[in-house]
Amino acid sequence: MIHSLFLINHLGDIFLEKHWKSVISRSVCDYFFEAREKAVDPENVPPVLQTPHHYLISIYRGKLFFLSVIQTEVPPLFVIEFLHRVADTFQDYFGGCSESVISDNVVIVYELLEEMLDNGFPLATESNVLKEMIRPPNILRSVVNTLTGGSNVGETLPQGQLSNIPWRRAGVKYTNNEAYFDVTEEIDAIVDKSGTTVSAEIQGVIEACVKLSGMPDLTMSFMNPRLLDDVSFHPCVRFRRWESERILSFIPPDGNFTLMTYHISSQNLVAIPVYVKQSISFFEAGSCGRLDITIGPKQTMGKTVEDLKVTVHMPKAVLNANLTASQGNYTYDFTTKLLVWDIGKLNPQKLPNLRGSLSMQTGVPNPEENPSLNIDLKIQQLAISGLKVSRLDMYGETYKPFKGVKYVTKAGKFQVRT
Amino acid sequence: MIDLSRPLPHAPSLVAGSVVMAFEEVCPDRIDLIHKNYRKLCNLLVDVEEWGQVVIISMLTRYARTQFTSPWTEVRFDENKAFYDSDSEEKKDQTEAKPYIMDPDHRLLLRNTKPLLQSRNTAVVMAVAQLYWHLAPKHEVSIVTKSLVRLLRSHREVQYIVLQNIATMSIQRKGMFEPFIKSFYVRSTDATHIKTLKLEILTNLANEANISTILREFQTYVKSQDKAFAAATIQAIGRCATNISEVTDTCLNGLVLLLSNRDETVVAESIVVIKKLLQTQPTQHGDIIKHMAKLFDSVTVPMARASILWLMGEYCEKVPKIAPDVLRKMAKTFTAEEDIVKLQTVNLAAKLYLTNSKQTKLLTQYILNLGKYDQNYDIRDRTRFIRQLIVPNEKSGALSKYARRILLAPKPAPVLESAFKDRDRYQLGTLSHSLNLKATGYQELPDWPAVAPDQSVRNVEIVEPSEEESSEDSEKTSSDSGKSSSGSEKSSSESESDQKKKKKTKKAPQKKSKPAGDRYTEIPAHCLIPQNDSKNPTFRTSGISLFYVSFQVTTSSFGPLKTYELLHHMTGKGLSAKYHFPRQPCLYQPSMVAVQVILNNSSDHALEEIHIGDRSPASLNIHCFNTIERLEPGASVTVSMGIDFSDSTQAANFQLCTKEDQFSVSIQPAVGELLMVSTMTEQDFCKEQGELLCDSKIIVKRSKSVFCFSILLAEMKQAV
Repeated sequence: MIHSLFLINHLGDIFLEKHWKSVISRSVCDYFFEAREKAVDPENVPPVLQTPHHYLISIYRGKLFFLSVIQTEVPPLFVIEFLHRVADTFQDYFGGCSESVISDNVVIVYELLEEMLDNGFPLATESNVLKEMIRPPNILRSVVNTLTGGSNVGETLPQGQLSNIPWRRAGVKYTNNEAYFDVTEEIDAIVDKSGTTVSAEIQGVIEACVKLSGMPDLTMSFMNPRLLDDVSFHPCVRFRRWESERILSFIPPDGNFTLMTYHISSQNLVAIPVYVKQSISFFEAGSCGRLDITIGPKQTMGKTVEDLKVTVHMPKAVLNANLTASQGNYTYDFTTKLLVWDIGKLNPQKLPNLRGSLSMQTGVPNPEENPSLNIDLKIQQLAISGLKVSRLDMYGETYKPFKGVKYVTKAGKFQVRT
Repeated sequence: MIDLSRPLPHAPSLVAGSVVMAFEEVCPDRIDLIHKNYRKLCNLLVDVEEWGQVVIISMLTRYARTQFTSPWTEVRFDENKAFYDSDSEEKKDQTEAKPYIMDPDHRLLLRNTKPLLQSRNTAVVMAVAQLYWHLAPKHEVSIVTKSLVRLLRSHREVQYIVLQNIATMSIQRKGMFEPFIKSFYVRSTDATHIKTLKLEILTNLANEANISTILREFQTYVKSQDKAFAAATIQAIGRCATNISEVTDTCLNGLVLLLSNRDETVVAESIVVIKKLLQTQPTQHGDIIKHMAKLFDSVTVPMARASILWLMGEYCEKVPKIAPDVLRKMAKTFTAEEDIVKLQTVNLAAKLYLTNSKQTKLLTQYILNLGKYDQNYDIRDRTRFIRQLIVPNEKSGALSKYARRILLAPKPAPVLESAFKDRDRYQLGTLSHSLNLKATGYQELPDWPAVAPDQSVRNVEIVEPSEEESSEDSEKTSSDSGKSSSGSEKSSSESESDQKKKKKTKKAPQKKSKPAGDRYTEIPAHCLIPQNDSKNPTFRTSGISLFYVSFQVTTSSFGPLKTYELLHHMTGKGLSAKYHFPRQPCLYQPSMVAVQVILNNSSDHALEEIHIGDRSPASLNIHCFNTIERLEPGASVTVSMGIDFSDSTQAANFQLCTKEDQFSVSIQPAVGELLMVSTMTEQDFCKEQGELLCDSKIIVKRSKSVFCFSILLAEMKQAV
C-alpha cells in the first residue's frame, strides 16, 4: 500500500525519507514540487497527484508536507488518515510536529515509522501500544541512552496489542485515581454583512484524561443526549449501548484520549455569542480606506467572553494600517496582509472598538470585495449547545475515583462577511 | 487462503484484517474462497482493528456485488423491507413470496457495517458510505449522509476526498444532501480546490426551491478575491441557469451586470457563460449582443473574444449594423490575434458573406487571404475550406449550394454538465475515483448478477435463522464463539425466559473483558456438563463422578442448531452431507454423542448404497446408520448416528461410502457439544462446586473436558 514517505519542509527540502517496500528515488517528488509551485499557497496543493508510475498522496501539517508514494489502487482516505495519525503520534511523542523537533528525534521517528507501518500496511497505530514499545523521550532517558548506548525500544512486547482491548495497558496502577473530561465545543458560523446568520453548526469533542488503576468500566450519561446529531467514538465505546440507551459505556485507555466527537448540524438553532458591527470602505480618491469594527456580546448565557481576537486577511493593495484600538492591541503584517486585533476579555459595559485609516497602494484599482473577519473567542464553563454530563459511574474496580468535567466553548471557523 | 478459513481460534478479530489484506494482494479474484468466511467476517467486523475494517469492507463490497441480486428494484417493495428489518424471523416466510426479497446475508452485511459509520477513522466511514452507496436499497443510502457531512469538519485533505465523493453522489441523488446544503457554503479561508468542490456540490443540489438562496450565496462568491474561484462561480451560475428555467433570466441579467466588472477574468468568464446561455434561448437578446460588441475592444482574454465573435456570426441578422463593423476591426488586428480568435473571425466572415455579401465581400476576401498564409495549419485548412464553400467558382461542386444551410444551421445548445458526471463509473472512495482515471490495480465493481448464485455456499457453521435471531439481541454473539475453546455457543434468546432461575455465565475469561457494547457475549442460563449419560456416569475422573448423580438432565432441544459441513457436494461428486448435534442423550449408548447427518444428492443421477466405511482410529466407537439403498437426485435424507468421542475434542475420522466412491470425512466436536445441560438447586451447585474447587488441580491434569468444566464453574461463581 504505502511504499515510501517523504517529509518535506516549507522550503521544499526533503529532510527525511522512509521506504517500506523498495527504495523509490527522490526524484518522484519533482512532480509534487511542480504542483506545489503551481498552487502558490501550500494549502492549495491537491492532496492526490498522479505521476507516470506512482501516485502521490500528501498532507500539509504544521508547515510540513507528509508525502507518501503509492503504486496501486488504495482508498485515498486510508492513506490520508494514516498520515495524519503519524503526525498526531509525533505531536504526542515530541510535543510538536515541526522540522526541528523531528530532526532532533530522528532515531525515535524512524523507530516509530517502522512500527506503525508493516510492509506498507498500518500495524500499530494505537498510541498506548506504541508507547509501550518505544518510550517517549525525556531528558533523563536521553542522557542515560547517550552514556550507555541504550535505546528507547522497550524490552517486552506490548500485551495490549494482542488483547481484545488494544488501547489499554494491563496492570495500570495509580495512587491517585482520577478521571477528567473536557467538553469542548466549537462554533462554525458564517454571518453575513447585515448580521444575520447564514449558517452555523457546532462541532463538539470530549477529551478525556483518565488515570485509573486496573480495568475500570465507565459509563457516562448526558442530561440531553438528543441534542447530538451525529457522533463518532473512540473504539473503546460500546456502540450498541449508545444506540439503545444513549449512554457512553467504555473501558478507557490509559492517559489522554478523545472519547467522542459530535456534530450539531446547521438545521438546529445555534446561539451566536457575539455580534460584530463593521464598516470597511476603500476610497477611490486619495488611495486610502477606513475601517471601523465594534464587537458586542449577543447570546453568552451570562458568561464572559475571553480571548477575543479578530483576524482580517486584507486585500493585496493595502499597504499599511493606522488604527486605534479602544481595548487590546493590533498588529498588521505587511507581507502576509494579516491584520490581527487581540482584544482579550469582552467587557459588555465598554464595547471594544477598532477604527482608523488604511493606506493603499496608489494606481492599483480598489478591491471590490471587503475582506471577511475571522473571530476567535473562548467562553469558559459553558457548552453553547446546552449539552451536560449528568453522571459518571465506574464499575469493575472498588476504589473511589476523583471525577471532573469541564466545559469550554470556542469559535471554530467563525466568519463575518463584510 | 488456508489461513483465511481458519484464523487463530482465540482472537480471530486480531488477524482477520491482515488475512484479508493478504487475500486482496494475492488472489482478489477468488471469490469462491470468501463464501465460507462471509458470515464470520461480517460478524467480526466491529471487532477488527480499524485499518483491517477498511480492507474487509471493500472486499465484501465486491463480494456482495457478485452474490446478491440488485436491491434497486421498484419502490413498491420498500415497505416489505421495512418490516422485514424490524422483525426478521416470523415475517420472513411471508415475504418469501414477493418478487424481491433481500438475501439475509446481504442484510447482515448492511446491518453489521452500519455502526462503523460512527468510527473515528475517516477511511472507515468512507468505506461504509461507499458500501451503502453500492449495495443498499435506494431509500437506505441516506443514512450515510450525516456521517459524511461530519467528516467535512476534518482535515483539509479529508475534506477534499469526501467532497469529491459527495459531488458524485449528489448528481444522482440530490435529496440525500439537500437538507445539509448549508454545510457546503464556502468560507473565504477554504483552499481553492475545496471551494470549487463545494461550488460543484451546491450547483448539483440547486432546484426550484432553494435556487434563490444559492444564487444569493453565489453573489458573494463572485466578489471573492480568489479570481479562479470567482470564475468557477460564474460557470456555476450558468449551469444553474440552464438547469432551472425559472431563473434563467435572473441569472442572465446578473451575468450581464458582471460584464462591467473591473476584473478581466470575471468579465471573460461571464462572456463565455452568456454565450452558452444565449444559445439556449436566442430569441430576444439583441441587446445583450450589442452590449457585448461594445465590450469587444476592451476584452483581451482570447476565449471571451472568440465567444463574442461567434455570437456575432450566429446572430448576425439580429445585429445587421454592428456585425460588419466588428469584422472590420478584426480584419485590422487579425494577425496579432490568438488562434482561437482567428478561427472565429474566419467563421464570422463566412457567415456575414452569406447574409450580407454586399457590405462584407471585400473584408471577407481580405481575411481569407490573411488566413491562407497563416502560420497555423489549422487556420490555413479552415480558410481553404471556407473559401471553397462560400465563394462560387467553376471548380466548387454541389457543396457551395448548401453553404448557407451548413454554416447557418440551427445549432443545438451545449449542455452544461457537472465535471463529476462521468465519475460514477468508478467505485466511490477509490483512488481512481479521486483522479478520475483508472489507477493501476483498480478492480471494476462487478455488476449485480441477474439471478443470485447459490445461497447455500455460505452455510458453514451457522444456520441463518440463529444468526438473524441473535443479532436482534442487543448483545450479539460474534460467530467466533463456535471456535473458542469454551465452546459455549449454545446461546439462544428463548432460553432466557424459560430458565430464569439459572445463573448467567460469562463465556470465557478472555471474552469477558471485551469492551464495546456489542462485543459482550453472554451465555444464557444453563450450566454445561459433560454429555455423558446422567444416569450412569462413566467419568474416569472419580473425584467428580459424585457430582452427576443427583441431578436431572434438561434437554436443550430449543436452541437454534449450528450445522456443520461434513462433505461438500463438489468433493463428494454430488453427494453432500451436513451434520449437527441434536444435543439429546444418545439412544444407542450412553457414552456416545448423538449426531444427525443430512445427506443430500445434488448430482443428476441416483446414488446407491450410502454407508459408513473404515474409521480411524480403528478403535473409534461409532454407531452407524443403516445403509441407504438409493438416494434420488435432489432428494435428501436425515440419519442419526452416535459417536463416542471419549471426552476429547479429537476428530472422529471415517469414510462415507457410496456404491462407487469413498470419501474421507471427519467430525470434530466443539467442547460444548460434549457437555450437557442440566438443572440443579443452588445448594447442590455450591456443594459440588466446593468439592470441585479443592480438587481442581488434579482434575486439570487429568482431563481436558473437566478443565473446561472447572473454568465454567469459576465463571458461574462470579456470575452468582
